[in-house]
Amino acid sequence: MAETIPLDRPLPVGSEGRRSGGWWGVLALIATEASLFTYLLFSYFYLASQTEQHWPPEGLPELLVPGVNTAILLTSSVCVWACERCLQRSMMGWSMAWMAFAHILGIIFVAVQLNEWSKKAYGMASNLYGSLYFTITGFHMLHVIVGVVILLVLLLWISLGYFDHRRYAAVTIGGLYWHFVDVVWLFVFTTLYLLPYVG
Amino acid sequence: MTDAAKNTSGPSLTRVPEMGSAPIGSAAERRLAELWESTPGWRGRLSTVDHKVIGIRYLVTAFIFLLMGGVEALIMRLQLARPDQTLLTPEQYNQLFTMHGITMIFLYSLPVLSGFSNYLWPLMLGSRDMAFPRLNAFSYWVFLFAGIFLYCSFPLGQAPNAGWFNYVPFSGAEYNTGPNIDVYALGMVLLGISTTVGAINFIVTLFRTRAPGMSIGRVPILVWGTLTAAVANVFAVPSVSLAFFLLWLDRQTGTHFFDTLNGGKPLLWQHLFWMFGHPWVYVVVLPAMGIVSDALPTFCRHPLVGYSAVALSTMATMLLGFGVWIHHMFATGLPPLALSFFGATSLVISIPSGVAVFAWIATIWLGRPVFNTAFLFFAGFVILFAIGGFSGVMTAAVPLDLQLNETYFIVAHLHYVLLGINVFPVVGGIYYWFPKFFGRMMNETLGKWSFWVMFVGFNLGFFPMHLLGLLGMPRRIYTYAPHMGWSTTNMITSIGSFIFAAGILIFIVNLFVSLRRGSPATANPWDAPTLEWAVPSPPPVYNFAVIPLVASRHPLWEDRIDEGGGRSSLDHGYLLMEGRETIGTTALDAIPDVILKMPEDSYAPFFLGLFNALLFVGMLLHWPDFTALMVLACCVSLAVWMWPRKALLQRVPDYDKGAAHG
Repeated sequence: MAETIPLDRPLPVGSEGRRSGGWWGVLALIATEASLFTYLLFSYFYLASQTEQHWPPEGLPELLVPGVNTAILLTSSVCVWACERCLQRSMMGWSMAWMAFAHILGIIFVAVQLNEWSKKAYGMASNLYGSLYFTITGFHMLHVIVGVVILLVLLLWISLGYFDHRRYAAVTIGGLYWHFVDVVWLFVFTTLYLLPYVG
Repeated sequence: MTDAAKNTSGPSLTRVPEMGSAPIGSAAERRLAELWESTPGWRGRLSTVDHKVIGIRYLVTAFIFLLMGGVEALIMRLQLARPDQTLLTPEQYNQLFTMHGITMIFLYSLPVLSGFSNYLWPLMLGSRDMAFPRLNAFSYWVFLFAGIFLYCSFPLGQAPNAGWFNYVPFSGAEYNTGPNIDVYALGMVLLGISTTVGAINFIVTLFRTRAPGMSIGRVPILVWGTLTAAVANVFAVPSVSLAFFLLWLDRQTGTHFFDTLNGGKPLLWQHLFWMFGHPWVYVVVLPAMGIVSDALPTFCRHPLVGYSAVALSTMATMLLGFGVWIHHMFATGLPPLALSFFGATSLVISIPSGVAVFAWIATIWLGRPVFNTAFLFFAGFVILFAIGGFSGVMTAAVPLDLQLNETYFIVAHLHYVLLGINVFPVVGGIYYWFPKFFGRMMNETLGKWSFWVMFVGFNLGFFPMHLLGLLGMPRRIYTYAPHMGWSTTNMITSIGSFIFAAGILIFIVNLFVSLRRGSPATANPWDAPTLEWAVPSPPPVYNFAVIPLVASRHPLWEDRIDEGGGRSSLDHGYLLMEGRETIGTTALDAIPDVILKMPEDSYAPFFLGLFNALLFVGMLLHWPDFTALMVLACCVSLAVWMWPRKALLQRVPDYDKGAAHG
C-alpha cells in the first residue's frame, strides 16, 4: 500500500464548511449561472452592435438611483460576510442581526428596482432595447428574489440554534450564492448603465 | 435508532475512521446492507437514491427513447424508399424528422451515457454513492418528465416540426402558430435542468469521492470522458436553455430578439444554438470513447497505450470543441476571416481525436485480442469513428462545406459520428458490463449475430447517403421525383436501415434471454483491471464493504504489471458504518479529508421533479395560477430537501449544544 497516504488522522464528520459537498456543488452552480449571464450579455452586445435604433431609447440612463441601489446590494453582501464571521465566533445574536440586515437590504434592492421598472416609458414588447433590458434585469431580479428567500431561511435556521462555530456550512453555501448574485449585478449594471456613456 | 439514543451517545464531529475488513456474511457486512437497503415496494422505488438503480433507470429509459426514435426513422425510410411516395404528408414528415432528431440527440445519446456513468462511477472510484445521491434521483426524474413533455403533443399531430436545430424565423410565431415549438422550447429548458444538475453531480463526485490513493492520474478514462462532458455541459447548456427561453418569450410575450422587422437577428439563434450544439456533439461522444478506452484493453489483455495522452486529448477535444461552432454556419454569409478561423479550428480538432484512435489501434496491436462480442463492437467502433471523422474533416473545409451543406452527405456524416461513436460503444458497453449489472453473462452466439447484422446494416444504410449527398439530394425533403437519379441509392439505404433495426432487435432478444437464462457471472468474468470488478456481480447495495486503498491505475492487474505504486488493498480499508457514510478525499491526490454523511432515501427529489415539470405544463397551457402554485410547491419541496439534518451533521448535535454557547 502506498505509504505516503496518512490513514489514521482524525477527520471531520459530515457537512464541515468547505469540505462539504454543498460548497463544491454551489461553486459548480455558480459556474453554470455565470455562463447563463454571459450568454445574456453576449446577446445584448450582439444585438446592440448591429442595431440601427436609438440606443437606449430614452437617451443616456440616469445613474443616481441605480448607483445607490448597487451600493445597497453590495452592503448586503458585506452583512452576510459579517454574519458568517460572527457565527465562527459563536456570537449568535450578532450573526442573526447581520443576517436580518442583509435580508432587509435585499428587499430594498428589489423594491427600488421595481420602481425603476415602473418609470420606464416602454415595456418588454415595445422595442428591442426593452426586450433586452427587461429580460436581463428580470433574470437578475429572479436571482435576487431567490437569494432573499435563502437569506430568510438561513436567518430562521440560525435563530433555531442549528449552527455554531463548528457547523454552519449552510450559511457559507447560501452566502456564497448571495455574493455571486451581487457580483453579477456589477456586470449587468456596467453593461446597461455605464457602457452607454462610453459607446 | 431513536433520538434519545442519539442524544446520549451522539455522532461526534470528528473521528479517526476505523479500519477493518467485512467479508460477506460477517456482522459488519450485514449491518452495512441494512443501512443502505431501500424500503421494498413502491415507496422504495419512488424514494431510492441508489446510484445503481438510477443508472439502470437511465439506461432503460434512454433505450426506450432510442427505439422510439428508431421507429420514426424506419417510417421515414419507408417514405423515402421509392420516389413520389405518399405514405406521409409533408407536415407529418417534418414532425417525424424533428422528433427523430430531438429524441436521438437529447433523450437518448447523453442520458444513456449518464446511465453508464451513474452506475459505474462510484464503483470505479471506490465510493459508496455519488456525491449528491438525491440530486442524482432528481436529475433522473426531470429527464423522464422532460421526455414525456417533449412527446406530449406528438399524439395530437402537433409535435415540434422545425428540425432539431429549430431555426428562426421558421420556428417563430409568424410561421409556426401552433403549440409545436412551444412544447420544444419549454421541454428543452426543463431537460436542461436535468442535464445541468447531473453534470454538477459528476464533477463534485470526481473531485470529492475517490477512494484514498486514487490520485487524478489513476482514474479510468470513462471518468475522464464523463468529467469533460460534465464540465462542458455546465458551460454550454445555459446557452441553449437561454436561446429556447428567448424564443418562447418572442412567441408568447412579443419580445423582439429574433424579430427582423424590429431589429432582432435570426443569426443570434444560430450562434446561441451552436455555441451549445457543437460542445454537445463531444458531450455525447467523449464518454462513449471512454467506454472503449476502458473496456477495449480488457479484451486486448494489455493496458491502454498512452493513458495520459488519451486523457489529455479528451480534454483538448472539448476545449477546441468550444471554438468550432461557426462551422455549422459557413453558409450564412459571415465574413471570410471568421470562416477561416473556425474552419482551421475544425481541422485541428482531428489531431486529439487521432491520438485516441491511434491509442486504440496500438492497444489492439500490442495486445492479444479476445474476439468476443464486446471486442467486435469496440473494434467496429474504431472503423466507424475513422470514417465519420474523415467526413468531418472534409466538411470542415469551407469551400467543400458550401457544396455539401444541407445535403445527405451531412446526414451520412452525423450518423456515422453519432451511431458509430455512441451506439456501437454503448451496445458494446452493455455486453461488457451486463454481467456486473445483473450477475449473468450475455449470450455470445446471439451477440455475434447482433454485431454483424448491425454492422452490415449500418454501413449499407448510411454509407450510400454520402453518395446521395454528392448527387445533390437535399436533407429534410419528404419525397423526390423519379428522374433525379436517387431512386436506387435510396432503396439500398432503406433496406440497410431495416437490416440495422433487425440487428438491434437481436440485441434486445439477447438481453431478455440472457436476463433469464444467462450463465451466472463471477465478480470479474472478463479478468478486467478496474475497481468495479472487485465487488460481487451484481454489486451489493453498499458497493464496497470496506473503502479500498488504491495504489495503481489497474488495481486488479497488479499481479502481472508493476506500476511502481505498491499494492492496492481491497479487503482491508475504511469500514465507515455509523449510518450511511463514505470517504471524502482531496481533489488531486485523493488523501482522506472528511467522512461524508450520505443522505437516506427521500421523496423530495421525486416531488421536486414532478412539481418542476408541472410548472412547465402550466407555462405551456397559459395557466398563471397553476404555475404560481407549482412554484410554491417547488419551494416547499426544496425547503424539505435542504432542511439541515442532525443525522448528516449539517447542524450542531443536540447533546453538547449548551457547551457551544458557554
